[in-house]
Formats: sequence, C-alpha cells, structure tokens
Amino acid sequence: MQAPRVRTLPRTCGDYSLGAAAARPGRAYGRGVAAGTRGGYLDAASAAPLHPVAREALLAALGDGWADPARLHGAGRRARLLLDGARATVAEALGARPDEVTFCGSGTQAAHLAVLGGLAGRRRAGSRLVHSAVEHSCVLHAAERHEASGGETVSVGVDRLGRVDAAAFAAEVARPGTALASLMTANHEVGTVQPIAEVVASCAAAGVPLHTDAAQAVGRLPVPAGWSLLSASAHKWGGPPGVGVLVVRTGTRWGSPLPADERERGRAPGAENVPAIVAAAASLRARVGEAAAEAERLSALVERIRATVTATVPDVEVIGDPVGRLPHLVTFSCLYVDGEALLLELDRRGFAVSSGSSCTSSTLTPSHVLEAMGVLSHGNVRVSLHRETTAEDVDRFLAVLPGVVADLRRTAGVAGL
Amino acid sequence: MSECEGSQREREAKTGRPVAPRDGVGSATPPAGPAEKATQIVLDCRGRRCPLPVIELARRIAGVRVGEQIAVAADDPAARLDVPAWCRMRGHDFLGESPAEDGVPTYTVRRRR
Repeated sequence: MQAPRVRTLPRTCGDYSLGAAAARPGRAYGRGVAAGTRGGYLDAASAAPLHPVAREALLAALGDGWADPARLHGAGRRARLLLDGARATVAEALGARPDEVTFCGSGTQAAHLAVLGGLAGRRRAGSRLVHSAVEHSCVLHAAERHEASGGETVSVGVDRLGRVDAAAFAAEVARPGTALASLMTANHEVGTVQPIAEVVASCAAAGVPLHTDAAQAVGRLPVPAGWSLLSASAHKWGGPPGVGVLVVRTGTRWGSPLPADERERGRAPGAENVPAIVAAAASLRARVGEAAAEAERLSALVERIRATVTATVPDVEVIGDPVGRLPHLVTFSCLYVDGEALLLELDRRGFAVSSGSSCTSSTLTPSHVLEAMGVLSHGNVRVSLHRETTAEDVDRFLAVLPGVVADLRRTAGVAGL
Repeated sequence: MSECEGSQREREAKTGRPVAPRDGVGSATPPAGPAEKATQIVLDCRGRRCPLPVIELARRIAGVRVGEQIAVAADDPAARLDVPAWCRMRGHDFLGESPAEDGVPTYTVRRRR
C-alpha cells in the first residue's frame, strides 16, 4: 500500500521548522543538556521525540489535510485521501487490513475501546475479563469500569521477571463465561516481553478473543500474529501525541461502549486529527523500516546499562527479563534512595528518566507492576532509549549515575548500611 | 532526617539490657503464624514514607542477634514490597505481615547473618 503522498513542503514551511529549532536552542530537555541535543532525554517509553519524517509529514498535512474528511467538497476529499493513505500505511505495518484500523485520540483511549468494546461484543458469551497483573493502567481502569458495571475480572500474576504465567492465564481463559482476554505485548515499565504466542494459542483453543496492548512494541519489535484486538500509541514510536490506533480484526465481535457516531466506522467518535494521523503513519512506516537495526543497536546499549549499573552502583536491583525484553528499556531500583530525589537530581544533571517509585506517583502508591513482580520499589528509575540516543549519551549517563546515587545516600545518612 | 520511633522494648534493646518478655507495652500486637515470638523489637514507622521504613530496619538490624526477630509497623504501601525485597538483598528471612492493634501492617524479619 502507498503511504499518504505529501505535498512538497513550501520553502517557508521548511524554513520555519529550522528557524524555530534554531531560535530555541536546547529548550527544556533537562536543564543541563547541551543546546539543541536530546542526548539526555532517556524517557522514550513515555514519549519518543518526534521522528523527522513525522515532523515533515505533519507540516505538509497541516497545509493539505486540515478539512473535515467526512465532507464531499474538494478540501474534504483531500483530507479523506490523506486519511485513507495513512490508514493503509498503518494497516500494512501491523499486518492488518485498512478497514480493521481505527484512529482515536490516544493509546489509552484505544485500549479502553478495545477492552470495553470487546467485552460489549461478547456479552452473550459471558462477562469475564482475564488480564495480567502488569497491564498498563489504561487496561486496568477499563477493567475497573467493567467490574463496576457488574462484570467479573480476573488478574493473572507474573513471576519475579514480570512474565505472566502462560499456563495459569490459559486456565483462566478456558473457564466458562470468559468474554475477553487482555495481555500486553511487552511491559512498559520493565520491558519484559509476554508469551503472546502461547496465549494466542490458548485463547484460540477456548474461542476467546485476545486484546494485546502493543504500545511499547509497535515500531520496535515484530508484533506477533493471532490477536483479535490491538491498541497502540503514535507518540511511543516517534509520531505526534494525540493519535491512538485500535485494530479490530475482521470477524471479531465488538460493540462501541460510547454514544453512536459515524466517524471511523462507528468505532471512535469525533473528527479525525488528519495531520497528526498522517504524521503518525509516515513515522510508523519509517520506524518499521529501521526497526531491526535500531533494535539491535539499542538492545546492546541496554545490555551495557544493565551490566554497568550492576557493577558500579552498590545495592541495586536491575529489574525485568534480561533476555526476553524490549530493546530500548531498562529499569532498576537503588536501595535506600528516594525515587523522586533521584529523578530530580538526574534531571538537574540533564537526564530525563521516569520512575515507578511511590513518591513519584500522584497516589503515593508504588507501581502496580513492581508490586506484582515483588521487587524493590523505592529508588526506581526507568531508562528508555530512542533513535537519537547515542552510545556517548549512555556512557555519560553511566558516568554520572554512581555519583548521584552515592551523594543521595550520603545526604540521607544511609551510606554503608 | 526523620527516624521511626522504636518501641519501649526496642529502646531497651538499644541500651544493651536483656530484652524483657512481652508485657503489652509494645505498639504492635505480635504477628501471627511463623512470626509469632514474644521477644522482639517492633519499630514504629507509622506515617513514614518510603524508603524510611527500610532504612530504619537496616539501622536497627545490627542490634538484633542472629536468629532473632525484628518487626516494623509501617502504613506506607511501598513497605509491603520493600521490606521483603530488602530481606532478599540482605539475606535475611522475611517472616510475613500481620496487622497491629490499630490495623497498620507489621512486617517481621529474622536476622540471618
């Protein structure tokens, strides 16, 4: 399938993008980061920096795809053409058909629609939802809503590496009344890849549709086949924020949990953000093309982080599966260290990371993922790399980290405990 | 930095005097099951946020004889994860959790080395 054809950028447009970047050097990617670089930005799992292809496509589509794609006039038809092209591109990247792809406002919304829509479509089969204990909170919140409406939810536990017990998952899926199963492709906090192939087989045997939240995997790993519903998020692969992707396989029963709307074949309400969708599709195609090489490069850097942190930081627990993992993400916890203090001190040194420690969450509870794994939750840092991260960036981080941890321990009076 | 307060018995232990049998003065009920033991230090870490309960445990374990127990009462939800994880990293036995009289979870540890 052809990607959306974008008009050649007018000169002023291109000049603007360069001019804007030049006018605001080093703007807020951590205060200490060298001007104009993103080297210290190590939080791609929250949001990857915009892929250059996405930026180019976005600017072009803002000029060409601003109209309502549901309208029959020329401007509407141009927007529709761009939207159709984007849909075909995303479908191809995910091994799906264009009419199976729905665009919505975020990965979270896509997961809500997948879980609640999948359950609504299977109401006659039952009301049980089976999911893993380490799903993204968007899936867990959808499960809470299902439970509040009288449905039953079953959470299947994981091992110390964060991997779901495939046999226990299969046993739960096989129980009568199971309407839907949900298992993420790979975990967003610790990187552990889930046994999707085994779970696909057990779901197929039980006749239960499987939703996989592929937000961290799309554009980084080949997405395994056999699922019925998939959700993903463009800003995780280098597209703009505000674009979610829901895929409902042909033959999967699905019913909208929302009021009726004619957009997106009735699956997601409201006018599509065509320029952002075009940018998301263009960057996904570029990502898929470079994914294998990037996975190898980033995986080696993550391996370096895992080994070096273990060797240079005393009393640290590196978390997650060391082998069956995402290529770009690593998490570790530092004993006796306050996670928020560690995050802020790293930010001061120009490194943007994320944390699953309770002191960094709005609810003051530790991450449910770390809790389900039974690992140390305080002093937690998640480092996630992207296509602009270099070996030098990683080495700079690794050079700074042991001193930062030691200083925090000294300040807290816990050195040598 | 703020520290967790030790129970009367724990303060006695710090002074080096022999630990008296339990007489109900402690701030937590004795944990049930395998953790049940009358003579143990109970740290009061109510209201202390992570990582303070674990830090306090690490500070006070030196005053516990090998094979004996220490407990920490902590209402911070992270303690439920971090006390067992600390035991794993330091080679001590995590004996379990039970509620204190006021319902606050109390985690019991046995010093192994």
